[in-house]
Amino acid sequence: MKAILTVIGKDNVGIIAGVSGKLAELHVNILDVSQTIMNGYFTMMMILDLTEAESSFGDMKKSLADKGTELGVQIKIQREEIFTSMHSL
Amino acid sequence: METKQILETIRMIEEEKLDIRTITMGISLLDCIDGDGAKARAKIYDKITRQAEKLVETGEAISDEFGIPIIHKRISVTPISLVAGATQDENYTAFAQTLDKAAKTTGVNFVGGFSALVQKGYTSGDRKLIRSIPEALATTDFVCSSVNVGSTRSGINMDAVKQMGGIVKETAERTKDQQGLGCAKLVIFANAVEDNPFMAGAFHGVGEEDCVLNVGVSGPGVVKRALEKVKGQPFDVVSETIKKIAFKITRMGQLVGHEASTRLGVPFGIVDLSLAPTPAVGDSVAHILEEMGLESVGTHGTTAALALLNDAVKKGGVMACSHVGGLSGAFIPVSEDAGMIHAVERGALNLEKLEAMTAVCSVGLDMIAIPGDTPAETISAMIADEAAIGVINNKTTAVRVIPALGKSVGDTVEFGGLLGYAPVMDVNRNSSADFIARGGRIPAPIHSFKN
Repeated sequence: MKAILTVIGKDNVGIIAGVSGKLAELHVNILDVSQTIMNGYFTMMMILDLTEAESSFGDMKKSLADKGTELGVQIKIQREEIFTSMHSL
Repeated sequence: METKQILETIRMIEEEKLDIRTITMGISLLDCIDGDGAKARAKIYDKITRQAEKLVETGEAISDEFGIPIIHKRISVTPISLVAGATQDENYTAFAQTLDKAAKTTGVNFVGGFSALVQKGYTSGDRKLIRSIPEALATTDFVCSSVNVGSTRSGINMDAVKQMGGIVKETAERTKDQQGLGCAKLVIFANAVEDNPFMAGAFHGVGEEDCVLNVGVSGPGVVKRALEKVKGQPFDVVSETIKKIAFKITRMGQLVGHEASTRLGVPFGIVDLSLAPTPAVGDSVAHILEEMGLESVGTHGTTAALALLNDAVKKGGVMACSHVGGLSGAFIPVSEDAGMIHAVERGALNLEKLEAMTAVCSVGLDMIAIPGDTPAETISAMIADEAAIGVINNKTTAVRVIPALGKSVGDTVEFGGLLGYAPVMDVNRNSSADFIARGGRIPAPIHSFKN
């Protein structure tokens, strides 16, 4: 299962390190990353492969959200299909 | 996948309140028919709680994984008049209570189908069911009721129209401690559809399969925001913009419906392409119409704006999903739409204009509070007018009005939650009593010489 992770918040030291460290801990593989500063906000998107992940989607979502609170950013994870079905035929 | 597209989807959900309004499981109760009322009710309870056991849990899991809210999970059942008609019971309230109990066990928000289809005539089951409606709605929390009184094929059953005016009043009376909330759960239809996932009018038609999943989408806020970007441009652009956004909204419905049906092992029925407002700020159909250039919804031009909106939503949505059904269009409930409430409060929107609007959009006079002393015959006459619009124009229309007992024009009725609040609206004070007293049937319209 693929998922899209979005990280939005105030730019700071260690956001990418914190997020990717957490993903490694969860056995989630990062397939693609794009990161930019949009209107002064740190905006990062990752395409993730969850096939090796051990915990449930709900647990992952929660532990990533907690990590976000710790880093002062908002971290969301959603299944990829919601984006592909809306924007491509 | 482009960053811009990902952010657009997230913005639609978070800021513009795009959501899946409901996943509704339609369950046939025809195999629960029994000559013994108690046995029939036991079968009904068992079947509903078995089929819908995982409905709420599945809806929540999907909502979590995809990150899109699914506001309601609901159940619709075969019209109870058909199921209970085989019993010797004189009052069908016990059936409504069984449905209510099943709704509570499964954790759904509403169960629809305490219904009768009497567009041409009554069976004894229909008669008993309709008589039971006020008590049924007063003694249950989640049961919704509907009665179909007319169709393009068969005309309008004016005996039923006459009776329903009284039933609405009685329901208001019996639920007056809750501001007449019972009436918010009672819809009188013409050309009712069998696969509608929206309440209060959902029931599972006899032409449907045993169990099916229907989805209702929403998202007036998304449409409004899209139109803000094309201010002042011609209607061709307006229509194109709505179509594109309706396509995107509907794709969400298709995705969620498909996923839910796979997980539950139940066939996927239809997506209802409706713009269903809520009282929340930024979730209003009225504000879309105002965005098109009207100072207030209700002024001249409102009907044209709504016609365009309704048509463009359907055109955009049809290609986005495998099967379209239900009511599909824009809903214009008053109490559930902040823009409509505001328009009534400032005197820009009256019942007559709302009636005209119902000729070009889905359903009809919806969630309107009227003075508590409105005669039953006047309510019947409103139902007759709406039914006539539906029957002649080959579309679904409905009436869901709430007589606000002890209140008059200018007062407000509060329902809370998705049902919102409604300012009491003025009705025409001239009597329709002799007209309604006639009864009988208005014949089906001719389908040629359309003018």
